[in-house]
Amino acid sequence: MPATWDWEYAWEITPALVGGMLIIILATVLGIVIAVILGLFLALGRRSEKKWVSYPFAWFIEFVRSTPLLVQLFFLYYALPQVDFLPRAISTLPAMTTLVFGLGVHYGCYCSEAYRAGINSVPKGQWEASTALNLKTTTKWRNVILPQAIPRALPPLGNYFVAMFKDAPQGSAITVAGLLFVARALQSADFRTVEPFTIAGILFLIVSIPAAMLVRRLERRVAYESD
Amino acid sequence: MLEELLLTPRQYENLMAGTLVTVQVILGSFALGTVMSLVMGVARLSHRRWLRGWALVYIELARGISAIILLFWMFFALPILFGFGGMSPMLAGILALGLNMGAYGAEIVRGAIQSVPKGQTEASIALNLTERHRLRHVVLPQAVPIILPPYGNLTIEVLKGTALVSLITLTDLTRAALVIRQNRVLSDDPVNVPILFVNVLVIYLFLSQIIAQVFKVAERRSARKFGST
Repeated sequence: MPATWDWEYAWEITPALVGGMLIIILATVLGIVIAVILGLFLALGRRSEKKWVSYPFAWFIEFVRSTPLLVQLFFLYYALPQVDFLPRAISTLPAMTTLVFGLGVHYGCYCSEAYRAGINSVPKGQWEASTALNLKTTTKWRNVILPQAIPRALPPLGNYFVAMFKDAPQGSAITVAGLLFVARALQSADFRTVEPFTIAGILFLIVSIPAAMLVRRLERRVAYESD
Repeated sequence: MLEELLLTPRQYENLMAGTLVTVQVILGSFALGTVMSLVMGVARLSHRRWLRGWALVYIELARGISAIILLFWMFFALPILFGFGGMSPMLAGILALGLNMGAYGAEIVRGAIQSVPKGQTEASIALNLTERHRLRHVVLPQAVPIILPPYGNLTIEVLKGTALVSLITLTDLTRAALVIRQNRVLSDDPVNVPILFVNVLVIYLFLSQIIAQVFKVAERRSARKFGST
């Protein structure tokens, strides 16, 4: 290690950075909950046979997917409170809530594509059989289509969860006290950059590489089972 | 009604100056990312074990670490760690986004090469083509139509990633908007913040549609040129 690296200082700041990491993980987990539920609604809305329903859904998904999460976070955090016709309780959110909501909506749009692919991969015969058996729409979806579609959507969903985790540090831009926020606070307090940012990077890899491996394993298993 | 959704000409000038920086960052990252994608994607399939190993290390590290953390590390820690004078935010942005893109792109390239029928490689060997000829004139041209669609999506992801450079003091489109927002009180330049950010989002949407169209044209061309089906 070059002389610029101070092990003692590195150990000293690690607990604070781990704390920031936990906040990022928490934001990701809560974001996943929103994305999984919202994604399914978006996918179903987009599949609607009525054009005035499916088009707005498709536009919304395309719009959110084509624009940066960071700008969406700024919009939620800075712009929403100034929209007059919204009640304060909805428009003015704490930073952490904004991050969770932003991650949830952004990746909800990605998840909807995963669901859509899963639903489309359900064989045509299953739909026809449901019609032939005169199943109600809710029964058809709940008991026939979704139980087959969701397992196939799991690997891409897993990939999006990992991607969400990689985007969660962007919360520091709207003052969420996550990993990068802690690193920047250390930077301005101690005038040191090497240790905080390097440790932040290592901590990040310790979580993200095993997570990505887990998803790849799931991918292989699902591919194996559906053969 | 429509006028309420627009900004003043001066504000648009500032946003356009920012957009120009964003375009520079995406062009630089795309160039670096494409070189890394091709080199690492091919190296992943090399018969030399050490080359395969290093490519795998690069891909796992550059994909595992997120673009924003890589960016901050390159801008704040790297120059001090290796004792050089500091790095321009533009260079740090292009390096971080380009290396990140290269890791994802390498996996796309590897998958596409693997999907080219094995007989093509065998025939090239039978015809006594050198390894380089085999790759350049037989395998890669057939991989291009498979690479392009996911590569277009990846490029749009990188465009979205360019917004991150606003956090390391580079005045790109996102930062230009933040500056306008800050100046609305100080200087005599009022702005409706929601409208401001909606405008910025629409500019990003426009840029990503351009990328999507460029790739669509490229896909059609490559299908005509290389397509076997």
